[in-house]
Amino acid sequence: MTPKSPIRMRGVSYAYGQGELRKAVLRDVDLDVAPGEIVLLTGPSGSGKTTLLTLVGALRALQEGAARVLDVDLAAADERARVALRRRIGFIFQNHNLLGFLTARQNVAMALELDRTADERARLARAGEMLARVGLAEHAEKRPAQLSGGQRQRVAVARALAGQPGLVLADEPTAALDKASGAEVVRLLREMAKERGAAILLVTHDPRILDMADRIVAMEDGRIVDNTVRITSA
Amino acid sequence: MNPPSETAPRAGGRALLAVRLAWRQLRFEKTRLASAIAGVMFACVLVFMQLGFRAALFDSATALPQAMRAELFLMHPMTTATFRPEPLPRARAWQALAAPAVANAVPIYLAQATWRNPADGTRRMIQLIGLDVEADAVALEGLSPLKNALKAPDTAAFDLRSRPEFGPVGDMFAANGPLEVQVGNRMIVVVGTVALGPSFGADGNLVTSETNFRRMVRERVASMTDLVALRLVPGADVAAVQRDLRAILPPDVLVLTHDELVAHERRYWETATPIGFIFGFGSLMGLIVGMVIVYQILFSDIAGHLREYATLKAMGYGQGYLNRVVLGAAGILAISGFVPGLGVSIVLYDFVGAGTFLPLKMEAGRAATVFAMIFAMCFGAGLLAMRKLRDANPADMF
Repeated sequence: MTPKSPIRMRGVSYAYGQGELRKAVLRDVDLDVAPGEIVLLTGPSGSGKTTLLTLVGALRALQEGAARVLDVDLAAADERARVALRRRIGFIFQNHNLLGFLTARQNVAMALELDRTADERARLARAGEMLARVGLAEHAEKRPAQLSGGQRQRVAVARALAGQPGLVLADEPTAALDKASGAEVVRLLREMAKERGAAILLVTHDPRILDMADRIVAMEDGRIVDNTVRITSA
Repeated sequence: MNPPSETAPRAGGRALLAVRLAWRQLRFEKTRLASAIAGVMFACVLVFMQLGFRAALFDSATALPQAMRAELFLMHPMTTATFRPEPLPRARAWQALAAPAVANAVPIYLAQATWRNPADGTRRMIQLIGLDVEADAVALEGLSPLKNALKAPDTAAFDLRSRPEFGPVGDMFAANGPLEVQVGNRMIVVVGTVALGPSFGADGNLVTSETNFRRMVRERVASMTDLVALRLVPGADVAAVQRDLRAILPPDVLVLTHDELVAHERRYWETATPIGFIFGFGSLMGLIVGMVIVYQILFSDIAGHLREYATLKAMGYGQGYLNRVVLGAAGILAISGFVPGLGVSIVLYDFVGAGTFLPLKMEAGRAATVFAMIFAMCFGAGLLAMRKLRDANPADMF
């Protein structure tokens, strides 16, 4: 994995709208995430944590400040460079966002089709391994509609990690799940990221999963108000 | 948008992956796929029928000039089409013989006459073709063996491929031999059958000798004819002879080559009547309807899967890849609608051709043209639907 920090942001500000309607959502944010570190981002709605996540994920263009994600300078990155960067990041959404017309295995393989060093057989084999790792070996040929919510989110975890990303970004991955399946998804995510040395930046409101973090970052009104390093037992 | 440089060598493989994704998506919703294919098929059949009718019209309208076997023709400049000829002085035929390369000049007489159906007595206009049958100026299937029989007074050969309203003459002739039929105010003996086929200008044809033609069409001035076929000596330079004849003959006749005669007849149907336009317009309508259907299907597919498309963008798939997915779907619909459409059209050509006695035939060239049209139609619909992809914004996913 990359020896440098996967995320390094300095003085990042962001605002929506123009002129009179301009509304600042991020003010002068500094954030560092170390390789393999698991960081939870918490805070009330509108505190800017989701915007921060989309900036780190190269889904928006940077407006102000300096940011390096996986050694890419976001301030200098055009759309094409951002698309290329996104291929090296694993995304997990609040809703699983799997493609309904593909099987679980094909969904995971979609993350690998961007890597043109593997052929179709290797991609499907690798997708199968990823699904086995999240305990869905018997469900590989099912479509999302045939899986439970927790199973779908586990497929999404497998998809996010299949491409060996240096960084995983997750937005409320447990919001739609019950306690047991939510805990299972988070446990898998944490284990697999640690195995691969991938850092995780995870936005959540869910107090049930706070203990998975190496560090919890609290945001309010577009600023980071607390940057606590936790001592984990894991 | 192209994939980044390090992936460029495999871009062809990625296009295939995009098409495969499109196919998986289409296949998943079978009803929607079926209605899309039916829409493309409908457009395809419509265009095939329109173009088929148009070609059949022009083919059948020019069947008579096409059957002529001569290098040059004399025609009155005001003749618009052979079914409605303007007479020219028959003397022009003999004048043309002044050119040494003209071996033979054959006047051809054309008129419409009423034919009384020998089975039920109803009357209908039939195209009369009168000529010296010995001269071999018209190559009609079945005419040669009738040369002697047609020399007898009041005899004619009936076109077997005339519309059935003229009566089951072919069957009656096959069963009982020559039969009497009233043409104009005269009783004529049908002594044989030929094959020419009806056109939009004539529902049926009756071939007869020069003399018998005058017997049937009494009001005609004997010194006038309608078309003159000029047969040249072997090896003659057609263009040179045409130039010479133009110099010799007064300006009340046109000197046409065989191709020019056919083209003149064809041009009448193409320009002087709305028929060519009607079929062209019909084809266009079919394509527009097909395009709207395909656009609707592709658009609702994209609108219904915006989250999935946005997810793909978040995963690092570029706009170009998603565009290829939509165009791939359009291409799949084009092919899967065209193939059954072609099959249905071939069956319909047989069916409608038998019903209308028009020469409807599937030709490779027309199939290729229609495929290009259908493909362009689907591609256009894909380009329109693609605009909806811009609404798939991965930043809205969180």
